[in-house]
Amino acid sequence: MTNPESTGAESTGTESIGADPAAPGSARLDVAGEWQRVSPKYIPVDMIGTAIFGAIATAVSFVPFWIGWPEGWLVGVGVATIFVITLALTPRRVRAIGYLLRDDDLLFRRGIMFQRFVAVPYGRMQLVDISRGPVARAFGLAELKFVTAAASSGVLIPGLPLAEAEQLRDHLVAVAETRRAGL
Amino acid sequence: MTDPHAEWAPPSPPPAAPPATPSTEQPRQPVAVSTDFADGEWHRLHPATPLFRGGLAFVAILGVLIVNLRDRFFEIFFDDQQVPLPPTGGDLESDAIDFIVREELVLVALLIAVGVLLLLVAGFYFSWRLHTFRITDEVVEVRSGILFRTNRKARLDRIQGINIARPFVPRVFGAAKLEISVAGNDANVPLAYLRGADADALRRDILLLASGAQRAGVDPAATAASGIGGMLDARVSELLSPELDVDLVAPTSIVRMNPGRLIGSTVLSDTMIVLVAMLVAIVVTSIVTGELFLLVAMFPGIIGIGGFLIARITRSLRYSIAATPDGVRVGFGLLSTTNETLPPGRIHSVKVSQPLLWRPFGWWQIAVNRASRSSQNGAAGQQQTSILPVGNLDDVRAVLQLLLPEVAHEASLPVLELGLSGRGTEGGFTVSPRRARVLRWFSQPRNGFALTDTAVLLRRGAIWRSLIAVPYSRTQSVSVHQGPLLRALRLAWVQVHTVAGPILPMLGALDRDDALRLFHGVADASLRAAATDTSHRWRQR
Repeated sequence: MTNPESTGAESTGTESIGADPAAPGSARLDVAGEWQRVSPKYIPVDMIGTAIFGAIATAVSFVPFWIGWPEGWLVGVGVATIFVITLALTPRRVRAIGYLLRDDDLLFRRGIMFQRFVAVPYGRMQLVDISRGPVARAFGLAELKFVTAAASSGVLIPGLPLAEAEQLRDHLVAVAETRRAGL
Repeated sequence: MTDPHAEWAPPSPPPAAPPATPSTEQPRQPVAVSTDFADGEWHRLHPATPLFRGGLAFVAILGVLIVNLRDRFFEIFFDDQQVPLPPTGGDLESDAIDFIVREELVLVALLIAVGVLLLLVAGFYFSWRLHTFRITDEVVEVRSGILFRTNRKARLDRIQGINIARPFVPRVFGAAKLEISVAGNDANVPLAYLRGADADALRRDILLLASGAQRAGVDPAATAASGIGGMLDARVSELLSPELDVDLVAPTSIVRMNPGRLIGSTVLSDTMIVLVAMLVAIVVTSIVTGELFLLVAMFPGIIGIGGFLIARITRSLRYSIAATPDGVRVGFGLLSTTNETLPPGRIHSVKVSQPLLWRPFGWWQIAVNRASRSSQNGAAGQQQTSILPVGNLDDVRAVLQLLLPEVAHEASLPVLELGLSGRGTEGGFTVSPRRARVLRWFSQPRNGFALTDTAVLLRRGAIWRSLIAVPYSRTQSVSVHQGPLLRALRLAWVQVHTVAGPILPMLGALDRDDALRLFHGVADASLRAAATDTSHRWRQR
């Protein structure tokens, strides 16, 4: 499942990702709909983050080798390989992130190997957070966190252009207000 | 029940009244509430509060000091001879006292001591004087602190439960601690300490205000004043039957805790199995090796587990659960008692489970997820999430009907019982397909879910059986997951998200289509339920 569309445009296009493999007999999870994608600019942001973390983890895993364990380099190479694979799969992973604003709830999906779909009613919103890391800020991106009373809801939409994130936040707050429910 | 200090009002006018609603504009109208605490004015706590909150420790320290200095006092006041000064090198305390005596600073030292004492007493007094609370139609508000003032407000319609705890010493003095739980960690409003009877009445009043019922209909008979003679009676009856309110006798416990069953269930619990295994390991190793190192290593663990089991028995011996008009009341404890009222709509999920060795006896236990954390412990020292420590099927039925009346009604009880001990698709359950045997060796025919009209039921486990019920009106969100292994088997797993607690409502190894059906079913049903649910304002019409 490759998505050739990565225009690099400021706006994030709508696209029904994952719709093609949703053949009736498919084992994959899928929910039909016009899924909003996150910005393709999030790919380098995620890659830089992974690369920095990977470099530190690799350096640490070489410590046994340096202090005199001859076969210790295998550990370091293994860790480095894992991070290289993670880096290579980043574009695919980022393209799999999507959200869908339905009438009364928000659907969020991520993951290709490990798929996860969440449905959160707007009325259950406790707060919406927008946060920006230093790398994401350099690319003009922000991440939006939709918090409910359940810690496991875990709706964290990364890689939104700042304007879009703020617009989405205002929209979510507005619709949550009209559909307010108890705890 | 009126006491002069409870009617003290601050010199400054109380802060602005809460947002005007028709019912708050005239707060001194005839009200249905039965204590004068809930009149919107500021009130103080029990006058002995400083003693219960650390004052006793202070008195004890004073006593120790006096005992230690007694010899000195005798020497100073009853010995005319010159006190033979010991050579330097004694301990610090006697050095200091010798120094004071030598320099003739006894008077100064005494003055300082008295000054410190007065300061402490004044501190206790002012901390009590400045610790005030009030209950309006909208909020409970507490102000406390001398130098650093804190002011905590809790909205009445967000109350998750009200707990009345009677630790042993305050209980002897007839005082109780009222704790109002609000959603969140450390978001509770404690009122420590109040008179026992006041605490019960105040809880009823707060729940009445929180229920959305309009203030109306005077009930002055509820506050029948009792004389000094009656006070002793009341104190004794309070000690003997702490689970009964003075005026609210009607709700009697629907479950009778049988001591034999309680001890039996503790002996057969999984924790006890661990304890026995540890003891066997110790005996075997000490016989084989002739040394006791394992005993030394495991001793703290054994003490801990043993204490846990004993605490479980003593706390649950006087267990009670009863329906009141304003929610379910659960009581625990023998010497120190707690009993908590959970208003309707505050229970986010319920789990009925059965440890392996309980099965021959047909015993079950019930736990719940709640939005608040109480500092008081329930059975077995756990947070108050264990609602029924042990009970048979009848008890389970009764408690479920009490906790989730809209889920466990007459028509749905057969389905719930199938969820406890049934297997297969009977009763509307959807179970894992046969290919899931690889992942659910024994429980595949049990591992399943049912979507009833008010709750989702998750049935799990063939050896350790459990049934989780999450009412749609309380689900926060729902998710469906699939990893590579499950994808190869065309399976998926689903999690229903509720507030954090001991219950994790998830169900693995479902057919991919069934999992999506469960996902969409819960998502749609919780939208419908959230739109119509009014259980958090249970008396509002």
